[in-house]
Amino acid sequence: MHESIVVYSRFRFFKIAAALVLVSLGLYIWDSPKGGIPNGGTWLGYGLGTIGALLILWLMWFGVRKRRYGGGTVKLESWLSAHVYLGLALIVVATLHTGFQFGWNVHTLAYTLMMLVIASGVFGLYAYLRYPRLMTENRKGMTLDAMMQQVADIDRECRESALQLGEEINRAVLDASQNTKLGGGMWRQLSGHDPNCATFAALHRIEELATKAGGSEANELRRLVTLMTRKVDVLRQARRDIQFMALMQIWLYVHVPLSFGLLAALITHVISVFFYW
Amino acid sequence: MAERFTVAIIGSGPGGLSAAGRAARLGVSHVLLERTDHASDTIYKYQKGKLVMATPDILPLRSDMDFKLGIREDILGTWDRQLKEHGVNVRYKAEVVAVKGEKGNFQVTLADKSVIEAEYVVLGIGLQGNINKLTCPGADQPHVEYQVDDPEAFDGESIFVIGAGDAAIENAVALAKQNKVAIVNRSGEFARAKQGNLDLIRAAIDKGLVEAYYNAAPVKVTGNTIVLKTADGEVEAPCNRIIARLGAVAPRKFVESCGIVFPSADPKSLPEVSSTYESNVPGLYIIGALGGYPLIKQAMNQGYEVIEFILGHELEPADEPLLKEAFKSLAPAKVSEVLVRIRANVPLFAELNPLVLRELMLDSTLHKPKAGDVIFKRNDYTNTFFTIVDGEVEIQVNPNDPKQVVVLGRGAFFGEMGLIAGRRRSATVVARGNAVLIETARRTMIKLINSNPSVKREMDRVAIIRQIQTYMAPNTSVDDLMELAETASLQKFTKGQTLFNQGDAGDDVHLIRTGSVTVSRRIGGRDTVLNYVASGNYVGEMALLTDAPRSATVKAAVAVETVKLEGQAFKRLVAKDERLRQELENRFRERLENNARMEALPEAGSIIEFLINQGVGEATDVLLIDESLCVRCDNCEKACAEIESHHGMSRLDREAGPTFANLHVPTSCRHCEHPHCMADCPPDAIQRAPNGEVFISDSCIGCGNCQRNCPYGVIQMSAPPPHKPGLFSWLMFGLGYGPGEDKSLRKIKKEGVTKHAVKCDMCKDVEGGAACVRACPTGAAIRVDPKQFLTLAALR
Repeated sequence: MHESIVVYSRFRFFKIAAALVLVSLGLYIWDSPKGGIPNGGTWLGYGLGTIGALLILWLMWFGVRKRRYGGGTVKLESWLSAHVYLGLALIVVATLHTGFQFGWNVHTLAYTLMMLVIASGVFGLYAYLRYPRLMTENRKGMTLDAMMQQVADIDRECRESALQLGEEINRAVLDASQNTKLGGGMWRQLSGHDPNCATFAALHRIEELATKAGGSEANELRRLVTLMTRKVDVLRQARRDIQFMALMQIWLYVHVPLSFGLLAALITHVISVFFYW
Repeated sequence: MAERFTVAIIGSGPGGLSAAGRAARLGVSHVLLERTDHASDTIYKYQKGKLVMATPDILPLRSDMDFKLGIREDILGTWDRQLKEHGVNVRYKAEVVAVKGEKGNFQVTLADKSVIEAEYVVLGIGLQGNINKLTCPGADQPHVEYQVDDPEAFDGESIFVIGAGDAAIENAVALAKQNKVAIVNRSGEFARAKQGNLDLIRAAIDKGLVEAYYNAAPVKVTGNTIVLKTADGEVEAPCNRIIARLGAVAPRKFVESCGIVFPSADPKSLPEVSSTYESNVPGLYIIGALGGYPLIKQAMNQGYEVIEFILGHELEPADEPLLKEAFKSLAPAKVSEVLVRIRANVPLFAELNPLVLRELMLDSTLHKPKAGDVIFKRNDYTNTFFTIVDGEVEIQVNPNDPKQVVVLGRGAFFGEMGLIAGRRRSATVVARGNAVLIETARRTMIKLINSNPSVKREMDRVAIIRQIQTYMAPNTSVDDLMELAETASLQKFTKGQTLFNQGDAGDDVHLIRTGSVTVSRRIGGRDTVLNYVASGNYVGEMALLTDAPRSATVKAAVAVETVKLEGQAFKRLVAKDERLRQELENRFRERLENNARMEALPEAGSIIEFLINQGVGEATDVLLIDESLCVRCDNCEKACAEIESHHGMSRLDREAGPTFANLHVPTSCRHCEHPHCMADCPPDAIQRAPNGEVFISDSCIGCGNCQRNCPYGVIQMSAPPPHKPGLFSWLMFGLGYGPGEDKSLRKIKKEGVTKHAVKCDMCKDVEGGAACVRACPTGAAIRVDPKQFLTLAALR
């Protein structure tokens, strides 16, 4: 009964977008403008440009619609499905509008920004389709809060266990306890692991020391190593969780600002065309 | 020489007080006898600050004493003041031990052996009787107490609460906030308590707030210890206070010694009284809880009225104007005439005591529909109950053919299926000419059924036939069904109990009338769920048709009530009814096909099993999130909080709740068939809207019963957060908080603001429906009826 945005309403918006693309392509091939060079200034160029500009405005309206919680009885999913397919159709519509005339000017800037926005959107679509499932698999029924709680619990056990062991081990455990970080900067979150993880380093150190130990100390050390290994595993799981969350959000930090850049460039493009062409 | 009065009133509860107040006002010589040293002991023993309800709201108060909804102290204060103002002749510490004599000449003997003579006696002693006291050595010390006035008055003490009833639990939990509390339970579990209190004490014990001693009893109390006898021998524990809540003995012995007869040996039975509250002993009157009227307002009205009756005054009951209004459509008939007509025409109500009938009518509406008016439609979610006083109605039994009708006439009732199954109406009902109908609220009807076995019996008898006709054999006449119905019996199953096992012999057919079941089969050593069957369907017909042992196990998914039909009688009916046989064959084939497919798709069975374990089986509408689509944006929660009537509070917790095979059941209301939250709501604030939404109305008093009763933890107690400025103010000036909910605001405790229960109302007043689902950008969140979702087609 669940339906993803891709297949939503039996590919309704895919069909609409495909029709738009096919009609645009057909007209472009059929049309033979004066001078033989297709460009934005022909009747077809103006037509495609108008459709493209309106599409951009409508696509940007999604950001407003998403936040108008009370507004409209149409499901947001329907909007997003349309946003995706019509956004993709824009590639063809806008490219045909250019007539493949590019240059170092504000017009091509608007085109480039648009393509970047669409590219980031495509990544977003990929992220939305791929990561939710991976995230659930990685979580194994736990929430991030539960993982953190588990890390804290294991940590306490580690410290208790270390109390009966030597100074050096205590220092390693304490260091792991105080300097292990989850999250952090953008790259750290996106990478999904921490090469300088204090717990991992401490585990390494304790394993080294464990090989030298004997008797009852060795027993206690084995217990500690087991605990620390569990902690490393939970930390890895938590970092993966944070990574997926970051991957599902990061593209919006490109998609949205670039959209506003595109809007500015688009306005400049339209005004300059009408006033100075 | 004994003192002599016209009226002796025994017991100064609300009824007795009110009677004494009336007698004093009318200048009737009277005496009010109270066992303790204060008036109204039962209310006096409520916890400090307890809110006292003035239900039923609709009933006007008729008394010389004031009473309205308020806290215990204010009510008691008002009464004490008014007892003085009216010049009531009240005698405290006057325990009555015997009442002898007859009308005009009663002798009332007090505990101090003095005797008072009275022409009439009014008994208003309630049901509390004498509280049971601790009898072990040392129990007479002052730190052994029998009530808790103010739990917050104790701090840092070690307290033992003895008892396992509601009062003991309420005290133990309240005291545990500031003290070390142990509860001593004579048996192995808390079986007597209300569900809400049961959950409270279990939670408190689990969290270690209250220590529990089971199968234990106190054997000795010293100044600072208590000795308990437990299964492991005697235990001595430090203790500086003991609260014993051991219940009370109903004063039956005393009442019987006055010559009053109880109708049965049932400990719950109460003496019968006439419409003027006179008992079988002339001149001896019974008012209040002992006469069957446990509500304060009712008792006070009776106190007033009983004095008027004793003086021989004619008096309209206090509810007369209300009933007059309710019966307006039948004017100029008088109230008493209408009541007689109802009693004569409706056998279901014929045996009700006149006062119960009046009360029932107060909670009901009398309709006089025109011919052709629709009373309710198929698939409506209304759950009221109708009785026909006069005229006829048509039930459209076939959804495809409105012409196919069953006619019900005078005295019949309808709408009972919604009441029983908690599901949508199963047929449309249309009025014929001159119909007069009584519409009664669900809660009132349930109360009536529970307290009147005759009503329950009659309803069950008719309902069984109707259910067979509606769900199994719509084309068979009632006469043909009678033989089968004779063999039918009602069976109850608790959650998880099996109706029958795979391989069992037996050919009984179960028609599910409440709840739902799962059908499973052992495949490869493991139980695989093959099907989910909701109420209104039947199971067990496969064995009947094949004459083979049971081919599958059927288990109750929730509490289930079935109509069990005897196989042989069913077979005879099938032999007579060709259409029924075909229908059965079709169903049989469909089941076989479904089972074969489900066996090839064990994952679907596992999902059904998972959802049933999550209680989805009793849901009517549940929020399910497909985690392979959910991008964790929490737009669902934000949208919920942003609904205007939700005051910035989300009613769902997306992340909480279990997940199986990417299917996540978030913490959000499922709008159960028989909502647990509705079970014990004092102001009846929890209602079901016509489209099935279970919602909490503004009349919520914040008692928290629903929160405790909900097994799914979807109800929160919350004060409304402060006003939230608009989005623009937030964006430009940083006022308030952004879209969604600021959970920190919920924790702010404001003086004088009461918390109210808050839960999902499925956005019943919002155009477009549930905001959570509408706001989900990826289609991960859907709301479904399990009947539709727990099927092969949906899970494939």
